[in-house]
Order: sequence, then structure tokens, then C-alpha cells
Amino acid sequence: MLKYILNRLLLVIPTFIGISILSFSFIRLLPGDPVDVLAGERSMSAARRLELLHVFGLDQPIWKQYLDYLWRALHGDLGTSLTTAHSITGEFLTLFPATVELSICATIFATIIGVFFGILAATHRGGWLDQLTMGTALVGYSMPIFWWGLLLIILFAAGLHWVPVSGRINLDFYFKPVTGFMLIDSVLSGQKGAFVSAVQHLILPTIVLGTIPLAVIARQTRSAMLEVLGEDYVRTARSKGLSNFRVTGIHAFRNALIPVVTTIGLQVGTLLAGAILTETIFSWPGIGKWMIDAIGHRDYTVVQGGLLLIAVIVMSVNLLVDVLYALINPRIRTR
Amino acid sequence: MADESSADLEGASVAVPRDARLQVLGEFWHYFSQNRGAVIGLVVFCLLIVMALFAPLIAPHSPDEQYRDFLLNPPAWEDGGNWRFPFGTDAVGRDMLSRLIFGARFSLAIGFIVVSLALSSGVLLGLLAGYFRGIVDVVIMRVMDVILAFPSLLLALVLVAILGPGLVNAMIAIAVVLQPHFARLTRAAVMGEKSREYVISARVAGASHLRLMLVTILPNCLAPLIVQATLSFSNAILEAAALGFLGMGAQPPTPEWGTMLAEAREFILRAWWVVTLPGLAILITVLAINLMGDGLRDALDPKLKRS
Repeated sequence: MLKYILNRLLLVIPTFIGISILSFSFIRLLPGDPVDVLAGERSMSAARRLELLHVFGLDQPIWKQYLDYLWRALHGDLGTSLTTAHSITGEFLTLFPATVELSICATIFATIIGVFFGILAATHRGGWLDQLTMGTALVGYSMPIFWWGLLLIILFAAGLHWVPVSGRINLDFYFKPVTGFMLIDSVLSGQKGAFVSAVQHLILPTIVLGTIPLAVIARQTRSAMLEVLGEDYVRTARSKGLSNFRVTGIHAFRNALIPVVTTIGLQVGTLLAGAILTETIFSWPGIGKWMIDAIGHRDYTVVQGGLLLIAVIVMSVNLLVDVLYALINPRIRTR
Repeated sequence: MADESSADLEGASVAVPRDARLQVLGEFWHYFSQNRGAVIGLVVFCLLIVMALFAPLIAPHSPDEQYRDFLLNPPAWEDGGNWRFPFGTDAVGRDMLSRLIFGARFSLAIGFIVVSLALSSGVLLGLLAGYFRGIVDVVIMRVMDVILAFPSLLLALVLVAILGPGLVNAMIAIAVVLQPHFARLTRAAVMGEKSREYVISARVAGASHLRLMLVTILPNCLAPLIVQATLSFSNAILEAAALGFLGMGAQPPTPEWGTMLAEAREFILRAWWVVTLPGLAILITVLAINLMGDGLRDALDPKLKRS
């Protein structure tokens, strides 16, 4: 197993190099001169252009530019934003907790409901409950989530006024971020109603972002459960006279868990892609909206830095899932 | 003697496939038609194709004609509705129904073009990687890993930023993003088939690399690829709509459903139909294709077939 994990770790290196080359090339592939892109100045004199060429290091040979970029990136220096002049790593770190908070809530929401309905469908295989659940799951899976978000806003925010339309918390509340997670910070602030407001703001984005993972998890849970429910040990457990709940809930579900956990782990990419749309719709100040705004404002250094950081996060989570999978799954463990 | 037997074999192999192929098709249809959802999906999909092909004949108005006296006219069944515009009009007085009908052309074309691009390039790369292994395999698969490390929509957005916004560039970007799935599937299938006896015997008989890859091995790897193609078809439509929604896909006034949604966003509180209907069209299309995909998977997957 150690060999498997080591192998998997080694694979990270070429992937990381590939990611860094891609994000490095981004600015150089954009139409127009990289100096113009990076300087954002309109008409500049030839002398100024030469000066900037030197400042940006663009007068160096390309491989040296890349190594330079890689070296700085590995030290956490991704340059500064063209619009705000702030450090990109700094901006990322301030906004990232908002995305993480939303993603965690969406994952919990999707997992609890998805697993519940997946088991329900599997235990009622072929019945109307199964068909209804799986039909709904397929609708969820096919959902254009940006439209789904708009629909929920029309219904619950604009129509019924149950929840706010956008943002993370009511603007009446103000406190300094401690952890960056609004749910925790609102409690720490001790302001009355702050936590409730934070929860209210989270509800719709959580549902929207969680919809596709929810559908995937429900379908995966169902098929994993069906596979397990046909096994001999489940029949044995049943014939021992164990209650239905014990058989499905404990004996079967524990064994169906491995593919389900893997599926949940592999939703991270989906979540981050979904976060781009969800955050845009709900004006949620996370990295998804940050990237969209950066593309809109032609803030290409931010796009470049964000691209690298997001890919590294997805890559790390996938690595973690694979290693965990190797640890739980005896078939790989004994190898 | 040897010649004779090989001639016999060839005669047999020509005679058998026609029957066998029919039988396979029949069996496939048998399993596919047992899945009611899949048949519904197929019917809806065919209707959408007809709608797209004959859009100019079906649509009551031109999708670009602006009726200045009927701005944001509600659907016919609502108060103030008008049967001249069954689904109402948008903010500049264009007929919603006509725009939705023409939109089907874009979404289906996007699906077909993106899947063709992604499928052909992915299959080619996967074949090369799985067949030759070694350094070819390592290089191709590591590049695929890099593409897969990015959330698909983000990578598509960035590619469009490089290529410039527009429908064609959006399709290229989505094809690039979807293509690794085909490469991985093909590679895995090729590696599974490569050491089978029929491949070895074809190689011993002197078949070239190209023939081995394309004629001998590839047809036996088709089932998972077909399923993946349907999945990618619906993904392509969703991603193109998302790009359109974010202003990076088809540009206004194109009646692409995602772009229509983006234009409609500011009227979300005043005119529900301009927001609801394009999204519903996307959902119905994608749902129909996914229903078909589920049926295809059940019909083509030998493991499930036995049970």
C-alpha cells in the first residue's frame, strides 16, 4: 500500500508542473502584448515600455521567466492585482473562507439528504418511492444551477421574503473577521441576531450549490446499496433475525460507504465550478466571484494566480481522497 | 490448404456480421425500450431535433424582430397576455416562443459539435496512449491530468478569455475540457482489449498498427464511449449555457438559452417568464439526454444486463 501511496504522490509532481506551466502561459497567450496586459496603461512611450519589460522580467529568456514564476509561486508570491494592487495570495486568503464555508454547508446538505434518499430508494427498489427519488435526482443532476438559483430567488427571496437575496450577512451587523467563517464569527461577535442572519444568507446558496452533488450522491448511494444488499452476509444478517434497520443501516450501509465517500470527495471540482456560478448569482464574496470579476475587469494577474491556487486545491483534495480510499479499502490496503 | 481455410473463414465472417449485427441491435433495443424514462428521453430529444431543424417553419415570428409596442408582454394565459405572443415577449419586444425554438438549434449544435470534437481527439489520444504505452502514454495522460485538475467551467472560462468571447470559442473550450474523459476511457478499454487473443491473432496475421488500433480494437471499446458521449452532450449544453450566462459564450442578440437568461436577469422581479422559460428549455433538453444516457448505459453495460 505504501507503494501505491508513494506512486500516487509522485504523480502530483508532473501534474503540478503542468498546472504551473498553464497558469504561467496564460498571460502570454492572451491576445496583445504581455506588457500591455500587465501594465494596463494605454499609450506608453518606447522608453516606458522597455522599462516595464525589464520590471516584469519579460526581457529574460522564456525558461528563466518560468523558473522565476515557479520559484516565487512556491514561496507564496503570485504578484499583485492589476485593479487593487493588493497581493493576490492575500486577497485569495481573505476570500477563500467564504467559499469553504459555502462548500462545506453544501456538502453536508448534499450528503445527509443524498444518502438518506439513496438508501430509501435502494430499499424500495422498483417501487414508486424509488422511481420518484431517482427521477428527482436526475432532474437535479440535469439542473442548470444558475437558473435554479434565480428561480429560488424569485420564489423565496423576492416573492415570500423568507430569506435575503444576496450577500453573507445583513449589513446592520459589522464585526472584524476572526476565522473568516461567518457562522463562527457571528457567534464570536456576540451581536444579537447576527448568527441567524448569517444562517438565513446561507440557505439558498447552500441549496443551489448542493443540488448537483446531492443528486450524484443519491444515485451513487442507491447503486452501492443495491450491490451490497444482494451479498450473502446481508442475507445472513437478515436470517439471523436482525431488524430491518440494523441490516440496512449498519451491516449494508457500512459496506456501501466506500464508493459513497469517494464520490463525495470527487465532488470538490464540481463544487468549485458550481461556486463560480452560485457566488455570482448570490453576490457571495468568495473566490468564484473573485475569478469572474477578475475576468470581467481583465485583471489577468488575478486570473493567473487564482487559476494556479484553485487547481492546486483540487489536485490536493483528489490526492487526499485517493490516499484515504487506499486506507479504507482493504483490497488496495493489502496490495 | 491454408489459403482455402482462410477463404472459408473470411466468407463466414462476412456472412455472420449482418445477422449478428441485427441481433445485437435487436437485443440493444430490447433492453433500451424496457427503460421507460429512456424512451421518453428519446422521444423528447427527437422532437427537439425536429424543432431545431424546422425552426423557421414552426416559429411564429423571427427571433430577432422587435415589436416595440409589446415590451415584456406576459404569456397569453396571464393578465394582459396576447395570443400573438404565446410565451410573451422580452425586454425589447421579441417573441419568447420563437427565440426559444431557435435556441434549440444552438444548444443541439453545441452538443453535437463539442461531442464530435472531444470524442475524436479524446479517442485518438486514448488509443495512442493505451496502444503504445511507455513515454507516449505518460505524456498524454499527464496532460489529461492537468486538464482535469481545473474545475471544468473555470478552465473553459479562461480558455474563452484567451480566445475571445463567442460561441465558436466557447465550443472549442468546452471540447478541450471534456476531452480527457474520452481519452481515459479509451485508454483503459484499449489496455483491456490489447492482450486479448483476437488482437494478438490479428497482429500475427500482419495487421498494421493503424489497422489494429482503429479496425480491430476500437469497435470493441465503443460501449463506454457511447455512454460518455451522451453524458458529455448534456454537459456541453449546460456549460455552454453557463458561459453564455456569464457573458463569455454566445453574444446577444443570439437566441442561445444561456445568453437569453443573462439578458433577462435584471427583469427577474418584473417578468418571471423571461427568466423561467429559457432555463426550463435547458433543463428539459438536458434531462431528456440524461434519461437516454441512463437507458443506454443499462442496455450497453453487460454487468447490469445479466442481473
